Amino acid sequence: MTWLSLNWPHVIDLARAHLLLSVPAILLSVVIAVPVGRLAYRHPRVGGPLLGAASLLYAIPALPLLIVIPALLGTPLRSATTMIVALTVYGVALLVRTAADAFTAVDDHTRGAAVAVGHSPLAVFWQVDLPLAFPVLLSGVRVVTVSTIGLVTIGALIGVSSLGTLLTDGFQRSIPAEVTTGVIATVLLALLLDGLLLLTGRVAAPWTRAARPARGTAVTA
Amino acid sequence: MIEFEQVTKTYPGGSVAVEGFSLVVPSHRTVALVGSSGSGKTTLLRMVNRMVEPTSGRVLIDDQDVQDRDPVELRRSIGYVLQAGGLLPHRTVLDNVATVLRLNHVTRQAARARAAEMLERVGLDPALGSRYPGQLSGGQQQRVGVARALVPDPNILLMDEPFGAVDPIVRRELQDELARLQTELGKTIVFVTHDVDEAFRLGDEVVVLRERAAIAQQGTPSDILAAPADEFVHDFVGAGRAERVLHTQTIGGRLVAVDGTGLPVGVLES
Ligand SMILES: Nc1ncnc2c1ncn2[C@@H]1O[C@H](COP(=O)(O)OP(=O)(O)OP(=O)(O)O)[C@@H](O)[C@H]1O
Ligand SMILES: [Mg+2]
Repeated sequence: MTWLSLNWPHVIDLARAHLLLSVPAILLSVVIAVPVGRLAYRHPRVGGPLLGAASLLYAIPALPLLIVIPALLGTPLRSATTMIVALTVYGVALLVRTAADAFTAVDDHTRGAAVAVGHSPLAVFWQVDLPLAFPVLLSGVRVVTVSTIGLVTIGALIGVSSLGTLLTDGFQRSIPAEVTTGVIATVLLALLLDGLLLLTGRVAAPWTRAARPARGTAVTA
Repeated sequence: MIEFEQVTKTYPGGSVAVEGFSLVVPSHRTVALVGSSGSGKTTLLRMVNRMVEPTSGRVLIDDQDVQDRDPVELRRSIGYVLQAGGLLPHRTVLDNVATVLRLNHVTRQAARARAAEMLERVGLDPALGSRYPGQLSGGQQQRVGVARALVPDPNILLMDEPFGAVDPIVRRELQDELARLQTELGKTIVFVTHDVDEAFRLGDEVVVLRERAAIAQQGTPSDILAAPADEFVHDFVGAGRAERVLHTQTIGGRLVAVDGTGLPVGVLES
């Protein structure tokens, strides 16, 4: 506790750095994975292999990835950009399949009805597919968020500051309180963002709570 | 006016849903298509709004081939009540009804105002407007479907078993309401059902279909009931059914109509 009371401005700074790395990566993951997932749903023949390949990205170990990215993109090794790209790769890998599933889960009868009353293909996407896929998409985004917040700490190993810095620094200098603070702060940050997403879901998809479960069909959360 | 000209539809896989179908639906009239399950009724309706493309033949609206119209614009100009509701589960009832107006770029406020008016016209409490479709009964959902189709004030209304999912009493209520609305609105309606009584009640003209949408008989309800074209129509409309065969008895000096089961069904006035 004394360590924290002396160092809290530093912890706050690192938490901010942590967010500045993870939030853009999460947003980019969504922006990339949702169209890819939708493509995979629309064209299953291309989609199957595409989803397989994307999911495999998750199997790439973090440290080699952090070295490959600068080599491929020419970004500096110890930069936020490198880190964000790496996090986005993992985020996309985690999210694409859920995104494809989210669109598959939209009732074809509802989609057909929307077309029949005069929605253009674009209107079907924005006004029907996307909102109806939203609850499942959001559950995927929550997983990506928690995972990304955790992964950011690895950046400390190549010298990109985040709450992970408390872990590396605490180990090197044998300050258990610093390590503990790093772990707890990371978990709290993950819980905070997850809570915010949960709240967003409640506000943005009110029909999911309002709907009476139809007779004879399973209730989905 | 809607015209089917020698329309045939073969679905991929070879199932022939409609074969050589021709029909004229005059403006401001209700034509009821009645036939058993799989006779091609839905397919016929969906060829009018280009949800299904005919394999051969043409469908014309006011002498224009629908093939020459932009499908999205065409669908927005036609009211369509789907066989199983087809409401958007994530939109409130009011917004469901306002959908087509919004697609036609009517402002949200104006669209909602007109939607609320229409809810009332189809006999729904406007307070239901803020609910989601999942929170309504089957009959209420059907009414919302009808309101959604009517609110842009289309000339043409396609109704695919719109009252299929409700109990007979509510069904009768909805039929009466549609009949009342139609006397006010004078739409050109193609009404699909497999319920003969419903077809007779609502159709100015009734078309009895066999498989592949072959026309077994076409005429006014009384034409068909009085002179069924053949055995099939006779059986299908139940012309021989006890409750369709009425005779009269004089009881207490008045003429009472009695059906084939002996049940008195009404009094005849001269
Ligand atoms: N998309 C499709 N692909 C293949 N066959 C189809 C398709 N839609 C309908 N059919 C077939 O075409 C025939 C006519 O179907 P349609 O839906 O028009 O019948 P319907 O008269 O509306 O029946 P119901 O009263 O059960 O709604 C049926 O044999 C059906 O199996
Ligand atoms: Mg049908």
